[in-house]
Amino acid sequence: MVAQGRIVWVSGPAVKADGMADAKMYETVSVGEAKLIGEVIRLTGDVAFIQVYESTSGLKPGEPVVGTGNPLSVLLGPGIIGQIYDGIQRPLKDLADKSGSFIGRGITTTPVDMTKKYHFNPTVAVGDEVEPGNIIGTVPETSLIEHKILVPPNHAGGKITKIVSEGDYDLETEIAVVEKDGQSAPLKMYHKWPVRSPRPYLKRYDPTIPLLTGQRVIDTFFPLAKGGTGSIPGAFGTGKTVTLHQIAKWADSQVVVYIGCGERGNEMTEVLVEFPELKDPRTGKPLMDRTVLVANTSNMPVAAREASIYTGVTIAEYYRDMGYDVVLVADSTSRWAEALREMSGRLEEMPAEEGYPSYLASRLAEFYERAGRVRASGSPERDGSVSLVGAVSPSGGDFTEPVTTHTMRFIKTFWALDAKLAYSRHYPSINWMNSYSGYLADIAKWWSENISDDWLKLRGETYGILQREDTLKEIVRLLGPEALPDEEKLILEVARMIKIGILQQNSFDDVDTYCSPEKQFKLMKLLVDFYNQGQQALKDGAALADIRAMPVIASLLKARMEVKDDEMDKLEKVQNEMVEQFKNVTGVKVSN
Amino acid sequence: MTTQGGVQYSKIAEIKGPLVIVDGVENAAFDELVEIETNEGEKRLGKVLEVGNGKAIVQVFEGTTGLSVSGTNAKFVGKVMEMPVSEEVLGRVFDGLGRPKDGLPDPVASSFLDINGAPMNPEQREYPKDFIQTGVSVIDGMLTLVRGQKLPIFSGSGMSHNILAAQIARQASVVGTSDEFAVVFAAIGVQFSEAEYFRRSLEESGALKRSVLFLNLADDPAIERIITPRVALTVAEYLAYDLGMHVLVILTDMTNYAEALREISAAREEVPGRKGYPGYLYTDLSTIYERAGRLRGKNGSVTQMPILSMPSDDITHPIPDLTGYITEGQIVLGRDLFRQGVYPPVNILMSLSRIMKDGIGEGRTRADHQEISNQNYDAYSRAQEVRALAGIVGKAGLTEVDLNYMNFGDEFENKFLTQAIDENRTIEETLGLQWNTISNLPKNELTKVKDKFIEQYYKE
Repeated sequence: MVAQGRIVWVSGPAVKADGMADAKMYETVSVGEAKLIGEVIRLTGDVAFIQVYESTSGLKPGEPVVGTGNPLSVLLGPGIIGQIYDGIQRPLKDLADKSGSFIGRGITTTPVDMTKKYHFNPTVAVGDEVEPGNIIGTVPETSLIEHKILVPPNHAGGKITKIVSEGDYDLETEIAVVEKDGQSAPLKMYHKWPVRSPRPYLKRYDPTIPLLTGQRVIDTFFPLAKGGTGSIPGAFGTGKTVTLHQIAKWADSQVVVYIGCGERGNEMTEVLVEFPELKDPRTGKPLMDRTVLVANTSNMPVAAREASIYTGVTIAEYYRDMGYDVVLVADSTSRWAEALREMSGRLEEMPAEEGYPSYLASRLAEFYERAGRVRASGSPERDGSVSLVGAVSPSGGDFTEPVTTHTMRFIKTFWALDAKLAYSRHYPSINWMNSYSGYLADIAKWWSENISDDWLKLRGETYGILQREDTLKEIVRLLGPEALPDEEKLILEVARMIKIGILQQNSFDDVDTYCSPEKQFKLMKLLVDFYNQGQQALKDGAALADIRAMPVIASLLKARMEVKDDEMDKLEKVQNEMVEQFKNVTGVKVSN
Repeated sequence: MTTQGGVQYSKIAEIKGPLVIVDGVENAAFDELVEIETNEGEKRLGKVLEVGNGKAIVQVFEGTTGLSVSGTNAKFVGKVMEMPVSEEVLGRVFDGLGRPKDGLPDPVASSFLDINGAPMNPEQREYPKDFIQTGVSVIDGMLTLVRGQKLPIFSGSGMSHNILAAQIARQASVVGTSDEFAVVFAAIGVQFSEAEYFRRSLEESGALKRSVLFLNLADDPAIERIITPRVALTVAEYLAYDLGMHVLVILTDMTNYAEALREISAAREEVPGRKGYPGYLYTDLSTIYERAGRLRGKNGSVTQMPILSMPSDDITHPIPDLTGYITEGQIVLGRDLFRQGVYPPVNILMSLSRIMKDGIGEGRTRADHQEISNQNYDAYSRAQEVRALAGIVGKAGLTEVDLNYMNFGDEFENKFLTQAIDENRTIEETLGLQWNTISNLPKNELTKVKDKFIEQYYKE
């Protein structure tokens, strides 16, 4: 029986209704004459407290509230990839068709086109036994994604008594019937899943494969693993969004879910304009063919912002269950936390730090625990992963605020953006002293198997130079650079070269925007070689000024922009020039 | 309570700060417009913040001074607050609630629009990419403004933000078109002299006839400030999307807006976020700033330039902080430069234009624009480091390259940054100046510029 109540109180996105004794927690309800979508978040007697996902302007006490009997769910089936959804999986394009350029209210749509025909190819036959999670057929969804039709995780399974032959069907067609204990249940190409419940899987693996993003400071210095969790906090203007866009563009996953949670409208438009034109560096296909966008911009209703994170992660888990590697990018989890805070305030709950509710930490933990590399349920055997990257927008750039500190407890890779670096236009402004990655040791094996045995060692040496520089900088600040001996001045020089030549990366440069793992390794090796040969040259009597004046330095620094991924021989040339010029500087000194 | 043609009147139960609590309410809606009538017959406007259980909490825009519990009536109008709009609003001056202030009659309305607007569907947005030439070198060269962008000026008390905003309003043009900008100016709690400076500046340049002014001055009711930016943006959206005009909206000073919001929040006894500002300050500000942009299939655009004064010049204060998270960059004025007499005193290192990259480059400005701008940023940042170092070891302790950077820094501030308040530089002049200043450095220091551009533009 569905609940049928009456509004008794309205304040912003929060509504109270009485006569709701039949309502369940987290049930979706239709609110008011305008049929706004809402969700029950507290029940007291027969009074339900409802957060409304649309603007409540004009809503009056006395208007009806009707339950739907279902928790907030997403529809999972072919047609999701390439879509741009609002926080509760309504396609923004359909909203535009119905209400124009500005978002209207009370509009109902279907998440995917239910009438479109997809080419279904069965992979099971009548008589086969299926379990929850089994693949019963495939559908080509985009040029990059073959959609696997799954027996829903909450389905009983059983024996296939009917399966359609290969052909074109729409989503409402009954494509199979499964019988168990005399009960038969039909299957369609889609099913629904409640967003607040993680989807089940068989077992979880340790993350040992790097998620390559083509960004040097990430892949080489602070890597993320497939199935891992990362967080990117930074004050405004530190390049958070650009870095997240870069990850969404170049990460070597098969599916990307990008959640714009309470952020700028134009940024979502940018993704929409740019991604269809960009090509995946590995497949050459348009990036939009692997991307799903969830956009709930800052001026859209605040409650739907809270839901958008769950909508996104549930879609990500669904593609994981098909055996894909999925990256989910959430920009920004702080806005999501603020939405929690706003609803908590309206519920008059006792606030914890800075007005945030006391359950902020547990909600963050639940979200990040939905990441992982897993063996999916059902057959055939397949592994998939969900990697979660969450932006944090700390107020005033202060990393001690609650959202940042709680997030740090639940993630393993931390990319600390630094306003000072951003002010000097060092992008990405990831501070190499404050950032860390807990996956370094786990993924080192991959690098040594695929790129070079020396990777971990060279990475350590490079990082060591940066650490030395950090200590030396203190001395320079007090006494000036002349107080240092030449070998330490060389450390400063090489650290500067590492910053310009490796750590900095211009995402707007056609070549520099993506850097292959091989090129990353070679650039790093060149600079470490430069350092070692430089120290040797100083020992052999070369003058630091002559080393600084070596023309090869400019080539080293520009190699990231001037050398394309398929021109690695150019780096050999730079290497040879370097050796040659070191001979010269040492030679000059000796001949004097 | 009496009902008259769908409109109901109710008695006031309590008055608290800017709020009145109305009793015996049966048919009021959230966000509804309310007319408060005193026994002297004076009318004030307000809106419903919360309604239920027979009570409504109403925020009174003109303040509650002089209101009494007895004899005051609240009238629920049955609709949300609307602004009458038509082409006739151009050239007019309104008060902070959108009522004529220039002694002329109400403009004949062609439609009435909800002042809260509605969120623009991100899927329907047109990505901003048309370069606006402001004639101000530091903006055109390094913080390029694009049609449909929201780019605030972060200033401090007494600095030249109004002069800069007025100069931009006078000079803004889109290169290669004769399109002129309509200017919508909203004064939010500023002094009369500041508003008057702006009006005169528009008048002298002949821009007043394509401008609309909304004035809530420092001595006008504080709660009215909640409404002023919204009526201004409603008119701007009408001009842009219904009449196809390119509109530049200047909102000054958003700090006063946020303080009015805090006053209401405090009166409602809400749990405060940072510095007593409400937890929803970010969301609330976004409903103002996000009303900038372009729409697919429409000609016009709304470009926003909000101005806010940072309390104690502190950029981490909640108002500039949350603004910066919403807007597409920020122009930060620097106290040091201002003291040195530099105009415009823009601290470029703290400033940023997020969508600059799409408005510049080949076919829009010039192919080398991004790179030469990056190089100037890089060099200026290095120049600041060298200056700090020179403060410790003295000029004598600097290397030759360091000295080059010192010269670059001086020339950057004195020749590139500095310009007269009526000086309108073309983008070619601006880019030329950037190459002039960067040419203080030896070629091999230019690591952010491609060799071909160095060959073409470097001044030996």
